[in-house]
Amino acid sequence: MSAADTPLRTAAASRRGRTRSRTWLAAVPLLAFIALIFGVPLLVILGGTFSRGGTFSTANLTDSVHGAYLTALTGSVKLSALVAVLGAVLGTFLAQAVVTSRFRALREAILTASGVLSNFGGVPLAFAWIATLGNSGVITSALGLGDRGWSLYNFWGLALVYLYFSIPLMVVVVVPALDGLRPQWREAAQNNGAGAWQFWRYVGIPVLAPTLLGGVVLLFGGAFAAYATAKAMVGASVPLVTLQIDAALSGNVLIGHENVALALSLDMIVVAGLVMAVYLPLQRRSARWLR
Amino acid sequence: MAALTPETLPAPATVPEPGARPGRPRRFRAWRGVILFFAAVYFLVPLIASFAFTVKEPDQGFSLDAYGQIFSAEGFGRSILLSLGLGVATIALVLLLTLPAMLAVRLSVPKLRPVLEIVCTLPLVVPPITFVAGISRVLQWGPDYLATTPLYQTIISVQNPDFPIVLVLAYVVLALPFAYRALDAGLGAMDVRTLVEAARNLGASWPHLLFRVIVPNLRAALASAAFLTLALVLGEFTIAQLLSYQTFPVWIYTISDSQAQVSVAVSVFSLLITWLLLLGLSSAGARQRSGS
Repeated sequence: MSAADTPLRTAAASRRGRTRSRTWLAAVPLLAFIALIFGVPLLVILGGTFSRGGTFSTANLTDSVHGAYLTALTGSVKLSALVAVLGAVLGTFLAQAVVTSRFRALREAILTASGVLSNFGGVPLAFAWIATLGNSGVITSALGLGDRGWSLYNFWGLALVYLYFSIPLMVVVVVPALDGLRPQWREAAQNNGAGAWQFWRYVGIPVLAPTLLGGVVLLFGGAFAAYATAKAMVGASVPLVTLQIDAALSGNVLIGHENVALALSLDMIVVAGLVMAVYLPLQRRSARWLR
Repeated sequence: MAALTPETLPAPATVPEPGARPGRPRRFRAWRGVILFFAAVYFLVPLIASFAFTVKEPDQGFSLDAYGQIFSAEGFGRSILLSLGLGVATIALVLLLTLPAMLAVRLSVPKLRPVLEIVCTLPLVVPPITFVAGISRVLQWGPDYLATTPLYQTIISVQNPDFPIVLVLAYVVLALPFAYRALDAGLGAMDVRTLVEAARNLGASWPHLLFRVIVPNLRAALASAAFLTLALVLGEFTIAQLLSYQTFPVWIYTISDSQAQVSVAVSVFSLLITWLLLLGLSSAGARQRSGS
């Protein structure tokens, strides 16, 4: 593609050059849009985090990792980690049950339902669970759980509800990988005398590992960023970083300390960024076996 | 135990049972039944209970009134129309921005492709609540710093409560990763360069090329990007609530205090909407696969 040695190539090259100079422009609106609408708020978060009362200061960042804010951050991380690990394990078992099922209709139904339920978040999800296991929920009153001290509006209740979209998400993520486990590998292992445990220990799990870890990371990210469900379910009674940002943005913060909301946002972005930095390479690795 | 599945599967004369794999121990069956049973309980009970909650009446025992009340409830029509309008505007803007950019990058600057991919994936890293924290601070600049400049009018007009353009802009950012992936898959499945060169050699103009050659070939990918965007906008709560706009999910949240039954009925109803949207999406995908 270097120097053109015939007139024909020269013409082609120059035409390509002209096309390039014009088509390149079509990418500009998108990049400009992202820079303005996405980049400016991010810069504002960064700038606001390091300013208090108009001067440079790390006080906001320090505040955001102390006291009630630290409790909220660790609460969010704990909840997300619990949901991610439980959701990944349960989702993988469910996916394996679906993949090995003999009934094609069942498989199709569960896969479609997983696609839908993994998107079923936000306010409607919270209300569905409040109607089921809330203080006046159908199951709560049917089983008399209220008298036995049951409450949905706490850490464990949130975990129960978050699993409702996390498990289906794990199923969606892991089914293609389980389908990619070739029967020949199992047969080869069995013919070499391996039992079911040994097959999973030495073949199945290592092949699936990137997908499983990627799923854990994805579930963690989803639970970590979730706000609507928690807001509709528990208000502010469970310490979560998203609810703390909401409180700080709504003015529930010391005068002059409004930028703590931005510092908390920066903390969240750092955590979410770390999560993505783990997820993307894992996703590439897992794609290798799934051709 | 010598049953071997051939590497290249020829069509067997007798298909045993779909999904059944040779050499699988029988005891796995019970294990599977238990898992499927618990999954069914966990996933179906809230749906059934929500429905039971909405039709439960203290006096008559059963009534579909709550579903009737949805449509007459104060603010329902306005909020769902607002959400649908925002959805349509977001779809139009996200497709108008991404499609030309992705085509241009594929055709003439392939080196930029990883950059575009990363840029379009970035919004996944930023949780919506942090994004809205930044946006609300930018919007405060209007009265604080820009009151004497023309930008002030712009900042005021994007916050028009009848049609908050600021939500469209924010939703385009949130939808970017999904739209990008859907369109990237669609573009990867066709030979863009050959199509473009053939059309250009035959004298097609760029708009003609875009709308008569590229778009028809990308129909399924465009539909999938549009469906995902619509589902996202119809369900988005965080940004709308924190910027105080009454979109559909925010409306469900605000009526829950006074009309618990109606809010649960709307939740069931909105799950059905999502279900239909995604069924439409998967059938569009199936048509694409069978077509190609």
